[in-house]
Amino acid sequence: MQHKVIDTKDVVIRFAGDSGDGMQLTGSLFANMSALYGNELSTFPDFPAEIRAPHGTLSGVSGFTVHIASEHISTPGDFCDMLVAMNPAALKTNAKWLKRTAMVLVDEDTFDGPGLAKAGFKEDPITELGIEDRTIIAAPITSLTFESLKDSGLDHKSIGRCKNMFTLGMACFIFSRPVEYIYDYLEKKFGKKHPELVAPNKKVLNDGYNYAANIQAIPNTYHIEPAHMSPGLYRNITGNQAVAWGLLAAAEKSGLKLFCGSYPITPATSILEELAIHKSLGATTLQAEDEIAGICTAIGAAFAGDLAVTTTSGPGLSLKSEAMGLAVMTELPLVIVDVQRAGPSTGIPTKTEQTDLNQVLYGRNGECPLVVMSSHSPAHCFDAAFHAAKIALEHMTPVVLLSEGFLGNGSEPWKIPSMKDYPEIRPPYAKEEDTPFHPFERNPDTMVRKWAVPGQKGFEHRVGGLEKNHFGVLSSAPENHELMVRERAEKIARVADFIPALNVDGPDSGELLVVGWGGTYGHISSAVAQLKSEGKTVSYAHFDYINPLPKNTAEVFSRFRKILVCELNSGHFAGYLRSLMPQFNYLQYNKVQGQPFLVQELVSAIENEM
Amino acid sequence: MAKYTSSDFKSDQEVRWCPGCGDHAVLAAMQRAMPRVAEMLGYDRERFVVVSGIGCSSRLPYYMNTYGFHSIHGRATAIATGIKVANPSLNIWQACGDGDALAIGGNHFIHAIRRNIDINIILFNNQIYGLTKGQYSPTSKFGAITKTSPYGTVEHPFNPGSLVLGAKGTFFARGLDTELKLNEEILVAGATHNGTSVVEMLTNCVIFNNGAHSAISDRAAKEDRTIVLRHGEKMIFGKNRDKGLILDGLRLKVVTIGEKGITEDDILTHDAHNDNIGIHMMLADMKYPEYPVALGVIRDVPDVTYDGGVRMQAEQVTAKSKIHNVDELLRSGATWEVK
Repeated sequence: MQHKVIDTKDVVIRFAGDSGDGMQLTGSLFANMSALYGNELSTFPDFPAEIRAPHGTLSGVSGFTVHIASEHISTPGDFCDMLVAMNPAALKTNAKWLKRTAMVLVDEDTFDGPGLAKAGFKEDPITELGIEDRTIIAAPITSLTFESLKDSGLDHKSIGRCKNMFTLGMACFIFSRPVEYIYDYLEKKFGKKHPELVAPNKKVLNDGYNYAANIQAIPNTYHIEPAHMSPGLYRNITGNQAVAWGLLAAAEKSGLKLFCGSYPITPATSILEELAIHKSLGATTLQAEDEIAGICTAIGAAFAGDLAVTTTSGPGLSLKSEAMGLAVMTELPLVIVDVQRAGPSTGIPTKTEQTDLNQVLYGRNGECPLVVMSSHSPAHCFDAAFHAAKIALEHMTPVVLLSEGFLGNGSEPWKIPSMKDYPEIRPPYAKEEDTPFHPFERNPDTMVRKWAVPGQKGFEHRVGGLEKNHFGVLSSAPENHELMVRERAEKIARVADFIPALNVDGPDSGELLVVGWGGTYGHISSAVAQLKSEGKTVSYAHFDYINPLPKNTAEVFSRFRKILVCELNSGHFAGYLRSLMPQFNYLQYNKVQGQPFLVQELVSAIENEM
Repeated sequence: MAKYTSSDFKSDQEVRWCPGCGDHAVLAAMQRAMPRVAEMLGYDRERFVVVSGIGCSSRLPYYMNTYGFHSIHGRATAIATGIKVANPSLNIWQACGDGDALAIGGNHFIHAIRRNIDINIILFNNQIYGLTKGQYSPTSKFGAITKTSPYGTVEHPFNPGSLVLGAKGTFFARGLDTELKLNEEILVAGATHNGTSVVEMLTNCVIFNNGAHSAISDRAAKEDRTIVLRHGEKMIFGKNRDKGLILDGLRLKVVTIGEKGITEDDILTHDAHNDNIGIHMMLADMKYPEYPVALGVIRDVPDVTYDGGVRMQAEQVTAKSKIHNVDELLRSGATWEVK
């Protein structure tokens, strides 16, 4: 068979296997290699909560989707051009994501009686799944890996672990990727501690590549040109890494030390891990005894004058609620990063959702408003975290930054900015002229109080959870309480004077405005772009700022007859908008499956309302 | 550095504890101790921070003319930890009750001790929930009759000293609300100890648990029923200074000097600096009537502190790091140039 090279603008590859098969590593290596090659990129790790789920079972399948392209993309893609399935279970759970033209690479060694039985196949899996029309490449990956490394001196278990490198080698051939990047990675990873693993991994990678080149079963390979990105220096970045770096940037711009008090929780943990590395940039991390101590140590650090941060996910946020109220009451700057996951309760820890919005807006006792923001893509997490910190510090308030598992673990190329292009951050420090110091006197324009920190002579004062008057003296007087409640709310409302206006993509008036917030941006904007390319008229507004809303929100909404709010929950944002601006006609498109939207389902949902 | 008196540490706020409450005396001891600590450490007043949780004793920060943080129930230890890590040059005092520190805040309490972060925890132990008007606490005696245990509790109390030492605490002292001078002495010792210091103050709640400590605080009996421990001094007590502690096998034993051939030489000498926790645990656990209740500094040993470790590690990592600003960070690792 003569194989041909297909030049294409984009391909979606899904690596799937057992949770111990190294699919996350294989996928991220493939992604990083493509990023260095110059492709546009979007990734989506989709894995079970169990570290090593039962071998070969459907629940243990771990997947990593990589979308690479020669032009701009903003989602990991709905359906894949190629599926790598390391066992029958991986094939079964992912078959539904195959394009009509897709190629499927399977490790045929795992398609034996027990493997098929564990995945629940009764007959030939290809027939049973109805995918006979796809190109199926069955390669004995396990046995070829053992054959390749039989003289390597590695033990049986170590050789078994190299299967994913054989697969990656094959993928490198199929997608015309150079393997040198993987060489560098292997040397960095194993060079010092396990030099004996470098050569075998390289060998098996090459053998995989050559095997793919030699067999006659592969009908075509792909070539994806580097994307025409604007000139500059780029890197690949995940949302969680970008949050950590954005916070470090804010610390630098404010001249403050960064303090992060957190407790490990999926899928937010890697923010804490990343910050723990960067002590040389003045970051201190404290892995607390629980979620409550995480936020409380951060509140203590804020009182002492640090840029204070706590990172968590939904269940952790629930535990932090009381302390969030304390931060509202004491009017201290604090960034709370919530990387949302499927709930309620423990829910589905590794799956993405937008179901914490109501909790963040309403989940505290008393009149307790705070600033709520969201990030809309992995790289945008940098700017979102930077601005969350800027608002917290300049407006003396806790700020919740909502991220999502999809963003935190997902990655995309990022044009590296220069810190000189970022604004200064100027906290409202108490100065000599502010003595005698009254901690809750406010700037009449912004309603923001001054910040005096322990160690500052002549500013000794007390803060706390009890209601106080402007002087910082305890007060349970009815009129004072209502005044303070109103002032705290007004302070948050006036943050709207400092955030960007809502932007409309498309005509600024018409029949239908599509609305989204947070990590759905890539999918909704792709759906809108597709409809436009089909000649349809549709407008789209995406919210990064949720409380307060951009000042022109009502004005933008007033120019459309219908507003379709798309979100990965049962309608939290739609309900919030309805309560604030009941005069508009809101429609909803919701999905609560622990999965991102598909572009195609959004296209249909939008078309239905047109 | 300014020289202070106790009035420099008194705020203008009206003290709102019940008349006769033991907390008044502890507050006075703290206001006396702080000028001494300021002088010993060379600290100005603005470097003192008083943190509390919720409960009667947690109102204390409002009465001190220092930086103060009256936080939420149980969490003072975590707040204090954050303040100290952010600014190790501060002297942090934490006021908390037995319910605040040992029930709702028990987790933070043991972990602060485990980390040995340099904060001074003053534990007001009145064996009752006062602010909520009289429910049993984790230190209420077994069988205590309270509003939520009308037939007596069926649960064992914590002994704060055992808890501190069990978590490998580096400093534990015990005071009694009526002992102003002793309290001042141990508060100074705790505040100048580098690491977590826990000072348990046995306090009387006149309204809901009056007389909880009267067996040992009663003026006539006090000297026979308590022993004040001081490092390097013999463990001698009693109105006539004729009783002492010896080791009998693996247990402490009360003996009378001059009886059964016991001389002062046989009496144990208190070694608060001994790293071995065993004897300190036995001393902290002594209960009347079998033993005198130990007051004073029971344990005071040096060890690495959490805040010191954080600082040292940051310096070491910074000295080695190639990344010194965010621009360098953003450009570190794998990048590519688009021309």
